[in-house]
Amino acid sequence: MADSQTAPLEPITAADGTPLKKKLAQALFRSRVRAVSLVVPLFAFVMASFVIPIFALMWQGVYNDRFSSHMPNLTEQLTMWDGLTEPNEIMYGALVADLTTARANRTIGRVATRVNQEYPGTRSLFTSTARKAKKLKPPFKESVIKTNKKWDNIEVWQAMKITSQDLTPGFYATALDGRYTVDQGFVRQDENRQIYVKLFWRTMLISATVMGLCLLLGYPVAYLLATLPLRTSNLLMIMVLLPFWTSLLVRTTAWIAILQSQGVINDLMVYIGITADDARFSLIYNMTGTIIAMTHILLPFMILPLYSVMKTIPPSYMRAARSLGATPTMAFIKVYMPQTIPGIGAGGLLVFILAIGYYITPALVGGQDGQLISNMIAYHMQKSLNWSLAAALGGILLAGVLVLYWAYDKVIGIDNMKLG
Amino acid sequence: MSGLTKKIIAIAGASAFVSGAAMAADLTVVSWGGAYTKSQVEAYHKPWMAKTGKAIVSEDYGGGIAEIKAQVESGNVTWDVVDVELSDAIRACDEGLLETIDHSILPPAPDGTPATEDFLPGTLHDCAVANIVWSSVYAYDSSKTRNWNKPTTMADFFNTKAYPGKRGMRKSPKVTMEFALIADGVPVSEVYDVLGTEEGVARAFAKLDTIKDDVVWWEAGAQPPQLLADGEVVFSTAWNGRVFNAKNAEGQSFEMVWDGQIYDLDLWVIPKGSKNKEAALDFVAFSTATEQLAAQASWISYGPARASSEARIGTFHSDDSINMAVHMPTAAGNFKNALQNDFEFWADNADQLNERFNAWLSK
Amino acid sequence: MAKLPPYTSTGEYIWHYVYRSICGLIFLFLIMPIIVVLPLSFNVEPYFSFTKGMLNFDPAAYSLRWYEDILRNGMKAPDAPFDWAWLADTWNNGQWIRAIRNSFFIGICATLLSTALGTLAAIGLSRSEMPYRRLVMSILISPMIVPLIITAAGMFYFYSQVHLSQTYLGVIMAHAVLGTPFVIITVTATLVGFDKSLVRASQSLGAGAVTTFRKVQMPLIIPGVISGGLFAFITSFDEVVAVLFLASPEQRTIPRQMWSGIREQISPTILAVATLLVILSIILLTVLELLRRRSERLRGITSS
Repeated sequence: MADSQTAPLEPITAADGTPLKKKLAQALFRSRVRAVSLVVPLFAFVMASFVIPIFALMWQGVYNDRFSSHMPNLTEQLTMWDGLTEPNEIMYGALVADLTTARANRTIGRVATRVNQEYPGTRSLFTSTARKAKKLKPPFKESVIKTNKKWDNIEVWQAMKITSQDLTPGFYATALDGRYTVDQGFVRQDENRQIYVKLFWRTMLISATVMGLCLLLGYPVAYLLATLPLRTSNLLMIMVLLPFWTSLLVRTTAWIAILQSQGVINDLMVYIGITADDARFSLIYNMTGTIIAMTHILLPFMILPLYSVMKTIPPSYMRAARSLGATPTMAFIKVYMPQTIPGIGAGGLLVFILAIGYYITPALVGGQDGQLISNMIAYHMQKSLNWSLAAALGGILLAGVLVLYWAYDKVIGIDNMKLG
Repeated sequence: MSGLTKKIIAIAGASAFVSGAAMAADLTVVSWGGAYTKSQVEAYHKPWMAKTGKAIVSEDYGGGIAEIKAQVESGNVTWDVVDVELSDAIRACDEGLLETIDHSILPPAPDGTPATEDFLPGTLHDCAVANIVWSSVYAYDSSKTRNWNKPTTMADFFNTKAYPGKRGMRKSPKVTMEFALIADGVPVSEVYDVLGTEEGVARAFAKLDTIKDDVVWWEAGAQPPQLLADGEVVFSTAWNGRVFNAKNAEGQSFEMVWDGQIYDLDLWVIPKGSKNKEAALDFVAFSTATEQLAAQASWISYGPARASSEARIGTFHSDDSINMAVHMPTAAGNFKNALQNDFEFWADNADQLNERFNAWLSK
Repeated sequence: MAKLPPYTSTGEYIWHYVYRSICGLIFLFLIMPIIVVLPLSFNVEPYFSFTKGMLNFDPAAYSLRWYEDILRNGMKAPDAPFDWAWLADTWNNGQWIRAIRNSFFIGICATLLSTALGTLAAIGLSRSEMPYRRLVMSILISPMIVPLIITAAGMFYFYSQVHLSQTYLGVIMAHAVLGTPFVIITVTATLVGFDKSLVRASQSLGAGAVTTFRKVQMPLIIPGVISGGLFAFITSFDEVVAVLFLASPEQRTIPRQMWSGIREQISPTILAVATLLVILSIILLTVLELLRRRSERLRGITSS
């Protein structure tokens, strides 16, 4: 006994002599590697085909080198220029040189479109001057202004100075209904060009309305499904799952057929006599149609999480409350509802997050006042080809969604997501 | 692996082989669909296929240069010839997305006039060759009984007192704003000058405000005849060829009002990097020859872009009693108060006016 | 309907039936569009509304012409006699037939890819020794949360740079990425109930890691894998935003074809296709239900 008290404790070893702690650490490391290697293929795939593309697009929202890459000399001059004094002969010389090269390389159109985004009306100025640029002789300032008086306007030069900057906050400024100018920094956009902030608010409003309606309609149904015996509830569940599994376009088409002014509901109203034939309700191609269609499509996303939470609530709680003297209403409000809060949170956040990103339904049934921000993003990607502005709008939307996603994770937890 | 899994993989592989195999076509020609594509298939595609023995695949698209841009920038160009609006052709050419077309390959007129003189002014560009002249007008359904006087001017479109009911308009500032100014009394020769000023834009929006609540906005060319037939609207702006077709091929009783028409061109372009460039150029030259342009006029009421074709315009393909010449946008009776779409103006101002239009719409 | 307990008051009786009717109305709201689509697809007129003939059940007001149009649309010679050449014509040129072929091809490939990668990842994530579990899980599930328009726009932009846009591979990759979150969620849910002692038992009987996986784990998690795979398949089959951006007209899928049909020419052929898709959904739902019952039997849980 005296030996074991005075001698230093020997580390326990495994059969082959290595200390057990080390062996344990090695085994743990190996099993970690195994776990990680199972995840790595998918992780790499998601990174390459999802995360990196989105980052690449977002980068376009702040970085646009169209002007500087095609008009190098002028960019150099503009960086040195202060933006307020009148442009000098050297700058005009650089302009002519660059216009000549750009016309020869057929890149002038890209430059012109870029500046036009900043200062509308300048596109034809660039293309027409570029056509004549080769023949211009010094002093360039005089000859350029003789070709077109607009060059004498300092705002054109200020617009060029802004577009010559590769890293620019201009697109985000436009996305928030502002403009980034050389002399005054950020200013608000002209009143009759302000649409984006309004669209963001409208998207939030419609999504919140849809979330509220889904909650209102989904809660009773989920409660019914959770409390009925399993056989009946499974049968009724089909009515929830069938829309969930049906194609989105099929459902939207069906709503067009039902809600249009020559459609099922209006025909029914005229038949019953609620409304006259030429005063049919306008239920589609406006905000009403968007809200109805979106509620229908997102309702299963509210019902399923609520159902899975409600299923875990034992009925004995309600009975206990009743036995202690509570009225049914009181028991429901004070005992049952608080237990369903996680389900409400899960369903509500899920519906809201899905709603603010919706594109198809507003595009088909929204008309003019049911358009959401995602329709604007698609418009800039496909029609006006202003990818940088689309990226800026998308960036703001993404930031909002990520904040909500983080909130969802904190409140419910990603790994607790159930799909019924 | 279980037997079932093996079978699934076999089926997937087989279907991959069958469906994934690219359909080799000698030429892919893209256009707007519906009656217009049909007129091209009959007048251009079939004769060309008979002449060269090659196959053409015909695709539809909705306009705009987004797909062309995507294909050219990704290096995977599957479209060989595309029918585009003038403003899109200019824009795409600027961005370097199109092949240049040497006008010397275009055949001369039968009387020997070289192509460069035979084509109407403004129809030949570096990267594009025009095929038709089309027009935006407005139409109404005369079978729906009303006690109206027949509408004859653009101002009537905006007159909700004499002509109550909903109107269809294209959901785009192009054409819509010019119509508003014409209806407000601006002479056609001054429309673009007025529209280029701040007051002019405000004036156009003010005029549109007078009917804003009654407007149903359409986006696709096939919608106006649908809206008129359904009775959703009493008037609708539309493309003249579609209205003509609904009237004569589908038996609807639509009438058009030519006053204030805004005419424009459609052109053939070849995306840069097309894999069948030789065949594409041959097709463009063939389809814009005098005979072919006159032939398409017998299928749809769009004017040919060559002067020599005007004399050869015949009758409607399925009804000999209809003389197509009077239904062209350029026919004397229809051309009295016409405006040509100014593509330079729109290339400059489309972005800005689109924003203002969207802002106005969402008020 | 279960009998109400004897202590229910009159108010509760009334509320009980009112409540059931409200729920009935909500169920009607849920199911109405699907029910409406079915008869409209048999309309003989090219309209989206019930004609008088249809309401009187007049047989002349019903027809199968839109179903025929699915086969005929796009054919070179639609009115030729019905023989092998006609079938070959519709197989090669029919627009809807091409869309159906594309949808299945892309759907099956994307499902295989996402199920394989997703199952492996879910198994890895379920191990407690996985580092940064929460973070990795959030990243892998994010395709379900990030607004689809941003995903599609980003993929369109990036894939164009790497020459993947307008190709089958690009669309399949996009759909696979969108489907994996579903696979991960369902397989993780199945693994939660998985008894780890089974693994230890099999290892103690001498099986290696791969054999244990194949013979012990897989059979028990197969229902989760298959239902995840079905979710992924439906996601790909129904997906239209990514296809709008990434696919050329050659790779059009059914939803893409429906989209251009709705925007450009409103033809009831879409309703015919919609009906067929609804029937497909019903079949898939039934498969899912049968799987669920099988897994319950395997685990020894009986339905109450």
